[in-house]
Amino acid sequence: MRDVLHEPAATAAPPPGDEAPAVEVEELSRAFGSFVAVDAVSFAVRRREVFGFLGPNGAGKTTTIKMLAGLLLPTSGRGRVAGFDVYTESEEIKSNIGYMSQLFSLYADLTVEENIAFFAGLYGVPRERRGTRRDWVLEMAGLGDQRRRLVAELPLGWKQRLALGCAVLHEPPILFLDEPTSGVDPLSRRSFWELIYALAEDGTTVFTTTHYMEEAEHCHRLALMNRGKLVALDTPQALKSGMREPLLEVETDDGVRAVEVLEEARKSAPGIVRVGLFGRALHVTVEDADGGPARVREALAAAAIGVRSIAPVEPSLEDVFISLVEAAGGAPAD
Amino acid sequence: MLSPLRLWAVARKETLQLRRDTRSLALAFVLPLLLLILFGYAISWDVSNIATAVLDQDRSPRSREVLDAFRASGYFTFVGDLERPAEIAPLLERGGAQLVLVFPPDFAELLDGGRPAPLQAVVDGSDANTALIVLNYARGIALTYSLRLRVDGLKPPVTAQTRVWYNEDLSSRNMIVPGLVAVIMMIIAAMLTSLTISREWERGTMEQLAATPVSRLEVVLGKLLPYLVIGLLDVVTSTLLGVWLFGVPLRGNPALLMVLSFFFLLGALGLGMFISAVARSQLLATQAAMVATFLPAFLLSGFMFAISVMPPALRAVTYLIPARYFLVVTRGIFLKGVGIEVLRVQGGLMVLFAAVGLGLAVKVFRKELA
Repeated sequence: MRDVLHEPAATAAPPPGDEAPAVEVEELSRAFGSFVAVDAVSFAVRRREVFGFLGPNGAGKTTTIKMLAGLLLPTSGRGRVAGFDVYTESEEIKSNIGYMSQLFSLYADLTVEENIAFFAGLYGVPRERRGTRRDWVLEMAGLGDQRRRLVAELPLGWKQRLALGCAVLHEPPILFLDEPTSGVDPLSRRSFWELIYALAEDGTTVFTTTHYMEEAEHCHRLALMNRGKLVALDTPQALKSGMREPLLEVETDDGVRAVEVLEEARKSAPGIVRVGLFGRALHVTVEDADGGPARVREALAAAAIGVRSIAPVEPSLEDVFISLVEAAGGAPAD
Repeated sequence: MLSPLRLWAVARKETLQLRRDTRSLALAFVLPLLLLILFGYAISWDVSNIATAVLDQDRSPRSREVLDAFRASGYFTFVGDLERPAEIAPLLERGGAQLVLVFPPDFAELLDGGRPAPLQAVVDGSDANTALIVLNYARGIALTYSLRLRVDGLKPPVTAQTRVWYNEDLSSRNMIVPGLVAVIMMIIAAMLTSLTISREWERGTMEQLAATPVSRLEVVLGKLLPYLVIGLLDVVTSTLLGVWLFGVPLRGNPALLMVLSFFFLLGALGLGMFISAVARSQLLATQAAMVATFLPAFLLSGFMFAISVMPPALRAVTYLIPARYFLVVTRGIFLKGVGIEVLRVQGGLMVLFAAVGLGLAVKVFRKELA
């Protein structure tokens, strides 16, 4: 089994070709009363791309994906999905995309097969293709032996695979996934991403939101949202190397207290930009790579905290994420 | 626009869900039977076996003659003789009798002297309808007896020769069963369909449904189809039971009954679905459906209470109750055997009701999520 979550992106990002983009959005906004959930967002998703949408809760990811899936009308801006207009052609969009919602939303009181048959009917899969598509979904989701079981009895990981299967019964060119693996155990998550990569390799454009960093790492490109605005959009690699300030990984005797001490030091003297606990170590963003380590060592020594090592590290996506969200005004309060 | 494939997929899915939902199945098939048997057997507006006690302070041949007349009518069952007026109140209070006949000590004397002789009838008025009927019976018997005394053996000069049409024995069962068909259909509509759309919202399945290219009309019609079949089955069952079990005459054309029932059912189902789509919660939808469809059909359609005796304001409201017109249809077809030429207006209203019900359901059902 290929370990998709622990090696670099399984497929190379497709080159920007001459084809029309799968998704094209300009200044797209959606307000609920006075609350602007999505604020003038612009981006384009290339065909056959695995496009990740990242952001804290309440950033506007789900609202965006619903507008693109034809479930919610935008308040302003323009958007085209699979070449169709999000305002006037939502039914055409629905025929050309697969959509998997955040919460599991198949019918728990129907069997696996009955759910498949229902969605095949709704998507207008021709009768002669029904059998093939059903078998394909059962095989893909690994549910061949469970076909007559009620969905209510299945574990969540299996349900999610079935939901994915039902969303691609009609072989849509574009697939929208809204936090498809939330609440699923790591093993199921991995097998789920195997499926997504297989679909992408077969030519499906995948648009997914996630809050798992290791998932984001394997998207071809990432869009980062915060407070309804798009704050960054690039490949994971470019996002990481785009972080200007150097990052130090600091190992100490007492990580929790070290964070407090460095936070104090950050307020009183320049040189330290950001401090965060990262596993058992600390990630400290400093202003410059030369003076930074000395500054950190000094502050920790003053508090009598033993320092085991200080070394510059390549920022993880999480570092980039936190830094970008803070730069964009912090995460919205829950 | 309307894809038969998608329509069928929705109908099939709804049927499968219905088949696994014991509560709804019971509502669909057991409740109509229960109502029919309950109303057909237990509830009757005909008053008979009136428990009657007598306080005869005269004990004359005259008073016995009057009592014989009561006995002969067949409506009264004598439960006992009282000794003192003080016994009347306790007897009525504990429900020992519905009627007490009181003969004054000088009853025969007054009567034979050619003067009015008061026969007192004390009725338990806690059930006003029954009390009224009992009093009328008593009055009638007393009047007949007086007439007989007057003309003394001769034939009374004028007697009313009454003849009742359509419901010859004036059995209330004949009124109830055709009306019940309408009420049962309202129950199917209100209780069952009110759940179907709100359930999708409540369980979160609406989101996936909305993400497919299925149209609103396809969802509404597809969901309606299984309930339409159940509703029509219920019409057939209630009709057959009414005819075979209760001997209600079906004098008109059964096909016409089915066709008009079909339209009435469409309207009722559409209305139930409209409520379901607005409410978005199963509990609210059921309660709203009860108030909006089932209760009016029960109380204001003329099924339980005659519209002609309602206060004017309430009578005005009954014109808005579709079941009112459908009741004319069922009673007309069952009892009078009339055809479409008589029921033209009602038939037209049934089609209108179907169009409005469905239209409302489709209009209010949104695929957009907010």
